Amino acid sequence: MSTNTQTAPTRKVRARGERSPLASAGLHLTLLVATLVAVFPPLWLVVTSFKPKTDAFDTSVIKNFTLGNYSHVVSDTQFLAWLGNSLVVVGITTVVGVFISATTGYAVSRFRFPGLRPLMWLLLITQMFPVAVLIVPLYNLLASLGMLNQPVGLVITYLTVAVPFCAWMMKGYFDGIPAEIDEAGRVDGLTPFGTFWRLIMPLAKPGLAVTAFYTFITGWGEVAYASAFMTGEENLTLAGGLQTFVNQYTADWGSLTAAAVLIAAPAAVVFGLVQRHLVSGLTAGATKS
Amino acid sequence: MAVETSQSVAKAAGARSARGRGHRTDNTPGSPGPGRLRRALSTHWYAWSMVAPVVAVIGVIIGYPLVRGVYLSLTDANEANVERTIGINHIPATYEFVGLENYKAVLTDNVFWDRLGWTVVWTVSCVALSFTLGLVLATMLNRKIKGRTFYRMALILPWAVPAFVSVFTWRLLFNERSGLFNKLLAGGGIDAISWLNDPTWAKVSVIAVNVWLGVPFMLVAMLGGLQSIPGELYEAAEMDGATAWQRFRHITLPGLRPVSGTVILLSSIWTFNMFPVIFLLTRGGPGDATEILVTYAYKLSFVVSPRDFAGSAAWGVLILALLSLFAVAYRRALRKQGDMW
Repeated sequence: MSTNTQTAPTRKVRARGERSPLASAGLHLTLLVATLVAVFPPLWLVVTSFKPKTDAFDTSVIKNFTLGNYSHVVSDTQFLAWLGNSLVVVGITTVVGVFISATTGYAVSRFRFPGLRPLMWLLLITQMFPVAVLIVPLYNLLASLGMLNQPVGLVITYLTVAVPFCAWMMKGYFDGIPAEIDEAGRVDGLTPFGTFWRLIMPLAKPGLAVTAFYTFITGWGEVAYASAFMTGEENLTLAGGLQTFVNQYTADWGSLTAAAVLIAAPAAVVFGLVQRHLVSGLTAGATKS
Repeated sequence: MAVETSQSVAKAAGARSARGRGHRTDNTPGSPGPGRLRRALSTHWYAWSMVAPVVAVIGVIIGYPLVRGVYLSLTDANEANVERTIGINHIPATYEFVGLENYKAVLTDNVFWDRLGWTVVWTVSCVALSFTLGLVLATMLNRKIKGRTFYRMALILPWAVPAFVSVFTWRLLFNERSGLFNKLLAGGGIDAISWLNDPTWAKVSVIAVNVWLGVPFMLVAMLGGLQSIPGELYEAAEMDGATAWQRFRHITLPGLRPVSGTVILLSSIWTFNMFPVIFLLTRGGPGDATEILVTYAYKLSFVVSPRDFAGSAAWGVLILALLSLFAVAYRRALRKQGDMW
């Protein structure tokens, strides 16, 4: 370990981060197996969606390739209406949710103000609320406000689901950004809001991406509230609509898989856009002495 | 006017930051007197206005239904006697206050304790498995390795697909008569397994699906945590001759503690309340075998007939109480280790 002075051939001493070929192979093998497990179910979904309805359970990969399921879903069902509803609800939720969870996360990260501890507990406890205890009273509340079957009702509901966690997550990201940056901004005469908006927000882009992604996914995939608050086939969101294909009475796996692929694809696209930021270093470069 | 206010705040902030990090912890009490509230307001108005939207939304949408839910749990409300509107006819509520009857009924019934037992098993095994797998995979991905981006994208994929879509896919694979898994088993000469209709296998299946769904979140959180650990620490440790295990044990794990603490707490709560996986995969069946507390409470208010709103609310309040206890205990344990907010 300590000697590489005299005649030791250079290849015997491994630099930091280098591995033996065996360790490398093991690493790749483990990761490949994990990848297979992770990717297979979605892949199988896509494969099934291109099979004729009657072959939904066939094990052959592609025998009778068909786009029939897709054309059926798009032209003969309310799919496009559901898609529109989902886009409106999820879009508004994401924009508003990211903004208010960023301000909240920043406030609880940087300031010690009266009400901080209760607020942290509130954010934590809100995430524990079981759907079961909220859904009936919430239904009554939205009904009395005339918000049932309105996108805005769902938007507000989703905000309460996503924001507590996002604010919590943003706090973690802001904690990782040195307070010296804030102080520098204030010394230069920025207001607290100015510091937040012009200095910290650009640095927190990775955190914001995660937050936006999380909010998007939460809204896109929510089932219980969407099916309780939106009634009538043209008002459903995608999550509610998908359930109409497979229930106790019918099992149209062909349409289900095609619709599922169409639902999952936008999520995967958004995912692809933000994944670069997902795990990149937070303040890399900003604080290098 | 706005300018004037903000300038004074900036000055105040500057004055405080002159004392270095002190401004993050001190909350100068100030002399007790009439100006106290105004001073508090002028010191904290920006913090308060930043959190105001969240507090307002939570207050209206969570606060009111919670109060109402607690109230319902003290009544005998069910489908037949609540306020409702049929067409244009408005029927007023006729349910009555019954005090703690519902709680007595729930707590003396074995169903609650059975469901609680399974819910604990479900939560602990799901969180432990997905945390371990997430940590192992994150440690692997955090090293220099060819195809890292590809692996990372692929491994996070289950998170990118909406959960209800994935659950339907798993149902397709688990299908007893013609699902892919059983066909593969048949190919190997093994009898078909009723993945979702045998009590034990159904439990294994729901846990497996939930772990599959949960690993990507753990992975992303752990990767973020790993990357925030300064590389110098590892270099220094290596110089001192620490083995890989020692580096993992004494640098990686302590470095991950802030992230993993929060992540484990959150994911325990989510798993405890995980509604879609169980509801869409097995509907709580066979029998009640995979029914966790939340799905059972949902069943009481939306599936059984007549719908038992009061009983369901009582279950909901009990679930909330259990989770609050858990969170308090967990926070206390973390604080002992010096992680405080």
